Amino acid sequence: MDDFLIFDGISKSFGNNKVLDNVSLTVKKGEIFSLLGPSGCGKTTLLRICAGLEEPDSGRIILNGEDITSQSPNKRQVNTVFQNYALFPNLSVFENIAFGLRISGIKENELKDEVYKYLELIQLTDHARKKPDKLSGGQKQRVAIARALINRPKVLLLDEPLAALDLKLRQRMLVDLDNIHDEVGITFLYVTHDQSEAMSLSDNIAVMNDGIVEQVGTPTEIYEAPRTSFVAAFIGDTNFFEGNVIEVKEPYSKLRIEDFTDVIVYNDKKIKTGDRVYLSIRPEKFTITLQKPELSDKYNSVKGVVEEIIYMGYHTKYWVRVNEYLIEAKRLHNRYMLDEKMITWGDEVWLSWHADFCYMLEQYKMEDEALLALPDEEIMAEIENETGEGE
Amino acid sequence: MLFRNFRKRKAEFLISASPMGWLLLFFIIPTLLVIAMAFRSADPYGGIGDQWTLDTLRDLRNPNYPLIIWRTVWLSVASTAICIITAIPASYYIARIKKRYQDIILLFIIVPFWINFLIRIFAWKVFLHPEGLFKQILVFLHIASPDSLLLYRPEAVLVVIVYSYLPFAILPIYAAAEKFDFHLMEAAYDLGASRLQAFTRIFIPGVRQGLLTAIIVVFIPALGSYVIPDIVGGPSAEMIGNKIAQRTFIDRNLPHASALSAILAFAVIVPSALALTRRFFKEKNSGSLGI
Repeated sequence: MDDFLIFDGISKSFGNNKVLDNVSLTVKKGEIFSLLGPSGCGKTTLLRICAGLEEPDSGRIILNGEDITSQSPNKRQVNTVFQNYALFPNLSVFENIAFGLRISGIKENELKDEVYKYLELIQLTDHARKKPDKLSGGQKQRVAIARALINRPKVLLLDEPLAALDLKLRQRMLVDLDNIHDEVGITFLYVTHDQSEAMSLSDNIAVMNDGIVEQVGTPTEIYEAPRTSFVAAFIGDTNFFEGNVIEVKEPYSKLRIEDFTDVIVYNDKKIKTGDRVYLSIRPEKFTITLQKPELSDKYNSVKGVVEEIIYMGYHTKYWVRVNEYLIEAKRLHNRYMLDEKMITWGDEVWLSWHADFCYMLEQYKMEDEALLALPDEEIMAEIENETGEGE
Repeated sequence: MLFRNFRKRKAEFLISASPMGWLLLFFIIPTLLVIAMAFRSADPYGGIGDQWTLDTLRDLRNPNYPLIIWRTVWLSVASTAICIITAIPASYYIARIKKRYQDIILLFIIVPFWINFLIRIFAWKVFLHPEGLFKQILVFLHIASPDSLLLYRPEAVLVVIVYSYLPFAILPIYAAAEKFDFHLMEAAYDLGASRLQAFTRIFIPGVRQGLLTAIIVVFIPALGSYVIPDIVGGPSAEMIGNKIAQRTFIDRNLPHASALSAILAFAVIVPSALALTRRFFKEKNSGSLGI
C-alpha cells in the first residue's frame, strides 16, 4: 500500500510555546493510525492541522499525492469526529448527518437515501427525528461518526472520540469503531491519550511527547521494543535499570548494575565493553517465587523483599525491594489452590527472568521515571478507574 | 402517572402564582381599563363621562391616523431590523475576543446609560441641527446642500431610535453568543460549510433565544416611542406615541388617548400571542415542553 497521508516536517508554536517540532509521519491507505501521547503532547494540534483548523508554521501535508497544506477546511477531503462530538443542537439527528450533503447540494431524495443508509450503519434509524440532547453519550458518538463518514472523506480524523464515555461503553464503542472501519475502509487517524485504546484499535501508533514523535510502530513493536524510556513508561508499566557492559558475547552479554546484580541480556543493540546501557523490563516478564528457582544460564535472578501487593483479580502486582530498586512484578493467577502458600508483605522472594526479556533503550531520560506507577498512586488510580486495563 | 402530573402541575401553579398575580394587577387589569375607557364618552373638563359610546372609535377615522400608524410601524420595524443586523456580527465579534477586551467593550456599550436619556436625545438634536457640527461637515464635504434638513424628518427619528436601542439588542445576543459553543463552527467548516454558511446555519440558530429577546426588547419600546420623535422628529415625523400624549395632555381627551393606546397594545399583543401559541403547539407536537 502506498503512503497516503504524509506529514512532512510540521512545526507549530502558540506564542512561545512550541507544540509541534518538525513532526514527520506517514499514514498508509485504509489503516487505523493512532497518535498517542499525554495531554499537551501536540497530538490534537497535529490533528487540527490535518483538518485545516490550524495552520502549521512550517511543513507540508500531502494527501493522496496532493499538497493540502494551504487548503481551507471546507475544501479538504477529511472529516473530523470531535472530542465533545460538536453535534448541532438545533438540528435533528437526521439533519446533523445530512449537514455535509446539504452543503454540497445533492438532490433531496438521494440525500434521504444516503442519510438512512448511514443511520442504519450506526443503528439509530429510530432516532432520526430526535434532537442530539435526547441521545445518550454512545448514541451521540455514533451520530458524530456518521455525520463525518457520510461525506466519504479520504481520511477520518477522530479526536479522543471515546474520552467522554464510561469504561463499558468505551469497550463496546471500540468494537463498533473497528467494525465501522472494516465496513467503510476509510483511513482513520485516531488521537488518544489512552494506551489501551490505541493498542487494541491501531495498525500503527505514533507515540508523541512534547511536540515530537518518540516512536512509530505496530502496537507489538511499541510495547515489546520501546525506543525510549518515555515510550516504555507511557505504554504499560516497566522497570528501568542502568548498567555497564562488562562482557560482550554472542548472543548474550553481561551487564553490571550497581546496587543490584550482574544481568545477562540479549544483544538487541550493538554494544561494547564499558558502554552505559539502559534496560526496560516489563513487570509481567518476571517470575516471582518464594524458593530460589532452578534456572539455566540464560536466566537472571535476584532476591528481594515484598513491599507492596495489589490484588487485581486476574493478576497481582508486587513491588519488590532490592537495595535502592523498587521493582514492579506481575503474576497471573492461572490456578488457585487453597493449600498454596500465598506471597505476602515482608516475604523474601526471588525474581527471575529470561535474558531475552531485558530490552535496551536507545534513549533514557530521568524524568520519565515519574510516569511509572508507584504503589500509592496506583491504588488511587485503580479506585478511580475501577479494575482492568488491557495491554 | 396522572397523579404525579397533577402534583407537578400543582407545584407549577404555586410557583407561578405570584408573578401571575403581579401581571394581573399591573398589566392585564390596567390594559383592560384602558380598552374599556375607549368606549366611554369624553368629559369636557378632561375627565371620563358616564355613558358608553362608539363616538371615539368613529373619531379614529381621522385621515391622519393611518399615515401615523404606518409611519410608527415602519420606523419600528426598520429600527429593529437595523439594530438586530448590527448587533449579530457585533455580538459574534465580542464573544470571540479575549475576556478582558470583552469586558472593556461591554463597558463602552453600557457607559452611555450613565447619562440621562433626555440629555442624550437633546445632544442628537444639537448634533443634527442645521447649524450643528455634523451638518457643517456634510456641507463642507459637498455631501449635503446648505438648505437641506437633517432634523425633523423620519430618518432622524430612525437614526436616534437605533442609537438608543442598539445596546439592548447587543446585550441579549452577546449573552447568547457567549454561551455558544464555537467548536460547532469548526465542525461546520469541517463538514464543508463556508464561513457564511456556518454563520447562518449554525451560529444564528444557536443564538436564537438571544435574538428573540433582542427583537422584543427593541421593537416594543420603538413602537411606543414618544420622546425621540417629539425632540428630533417634529410634526412631520410624528409617531402614535406623540398622538397619545397630545390627546392626553393638550386635548385632555382620555377616551381618545385610550383608544389609540388600545390599538398600540393590540399591535403588540396579538402577534406575540400568536407566536407564543404557535410555539406551544409546535413543542407539544414534538413531545417536549421546552424549559
